[in-house]
Amino acid sequence: MSLAKRIIPCLDVRDGRVVKGVQFVDIRDAGDPVEVARRYDAEGADEITFLDITASSDNRDTIIHVVEAVAETVFIPLTVGGGIRKVEDIRRLLNAGADKVAINTAAVFNPDLVSEASAKVGSQCIVVAIDAKRVSAEGETPKWEIFTHGGRKPTGLDAVEWAKEMVKRGAGEILLTSMDRDGTKQGFDLELTRAISDAVPIPVIASGGVGNLQHLADGVTEGKADAVLAASIFHFAEYTVGEAKEYMREHGIEVRMP
Amino acid sequence: MTQKIAVIDYGMGNLRSVVKALEFVADNKADILLTDKPEVVAAADHVVFPGQGAARDCMQALRNTGMDEVVAEALKTKPFLGVCMGLQVLMTHSEENGGTDLLNLFEGEVRRFPDSFHAERLKVPHMGWNTIREVQQGHPLFKGIHDDSHFYFVHSYYVTPADPTLTAGETDYGVTFTSAIARDNVFALQSHPEKSADAGLQLLRNFISWDGQA
Repeated sequence: MSLAKRIIPCLDVRDGRVVKGVQFVDIRDAGDPVEVARRYDAEGADEITFLDITASSDNRDTIIHVVEAVAETVFIPLTVGGGIRKVEDIRRLLNAGADKVAINTAAVFNPDLVSEASAKVGSQCIVVAIDAKRVSAEGETPKWEIFTHGGRKPTGLDAVEWAKEMVKRGAGEILLTSMDRDGTKQGFDLELTRAISDAVPIPVIASGGVGNLQHLADGVTEGKADAVLAASIFHFAEYTVGEAKEYMREHGIEVRMP
Repeated sequence: MTQKIAVIDYGMGNLRSVVKALEFVADNKADILLTDKPEVVAAADHVVFPGQGAARDCMQALRNTGMDEVVAEALKTKPFLGVCMGLQVLMTHSEENGGTDLLNLFEGEVRRFPDSFHAERLKVPHMGWNTIREVQQGHPLFKGIHDDSHFYFVHSYYVTPADPTLTAGETDYGVTFTSAIARDNVFALQSHPEKSADAGLQLLRNFISWDGQA
């Protein structure tokens, strides 16, 4: 037996409610985050990630209350991303019951935040979220660039180099999203996943593009990811987390069966 | 009288999850007291000793708060549960921070995981769900937990007790390491029961009802 590969359902939370939508279009209310988190926990989720997409800064505190409520009854690791700008934001989430926070845009514009945060709260709490897009043409050596603002703004930063830089600054884990695949249901960008996973000594969570269970397995076997994250296949009840684990186990991947 | 369970707070990070998980399994039948006061620990029936962060910071915090002596006393007298750094600091010495002297309540070194094992590269920290193989089978804290159950780990260092009979559980990650120790009224584990779903909650439930006899 060895370290299990993790399956992480991701919940989009807006104003304290779970929302689902296809590529953020047609967003609908999908319930109480506590109930959804409990269901995923019961199905055997290894962690739960909450992505706070609250638009108004007036409602920023709602995610704190969500984390507090979930942490009362769900005893697996909880990660929160979205809107994190300062060490104080991180501290508040950890105190509310989060185990890790995912820093995305702020890491790009203020990489010192990653250094400062990991020194203060420990690397194990700091996930750096990387949104990458392929910028090489077909047939060229593959190359990916970091994009911000939901994949709209290029930064000029090379994704592999950026990942290494984040490790140097104390990141404990990388949450890697392919912006080319996100929402497409065509599977992870496996080449990207593999490139980042080979380049860094810390765990990599693959994200973006999962449409079926084979995609999850591919992320581990071909992408060399340590964990796989998916939102819509679990939200829309196409598959349960338990079915995903069963599938991965049948394909020779070690998973934790609840 | 309601049973009192003291969770020792020596200023090393967030202990909310540990307290919440204990409250959840205690189900109002025990008081969970997060405390930095020696007299509260002394008056408690059970003691939980958590910890996170770097070895040197932990030791400094323990000495500054006087909790080093409180821990040593509790470890002799009551059902005692060490978690994560609360296991490591019971040992003699750690490789962390260029070498750090620990509480030396059990003889043993704390070592860092190798960066590679055979040709395979290991990711450090060891983060995620791994299994605990029960070495002291039938220990009361393993009651109702299947052998080789998965627990949640986050750590870069592991303990190597000088006395192999101290080992209660083992885990494989490149090396086979001691992931739980037990002796008399003391049990300590490297993983986080408060984040280990049903297996972890069962271990905490077992601890609460434990009389300290192995």
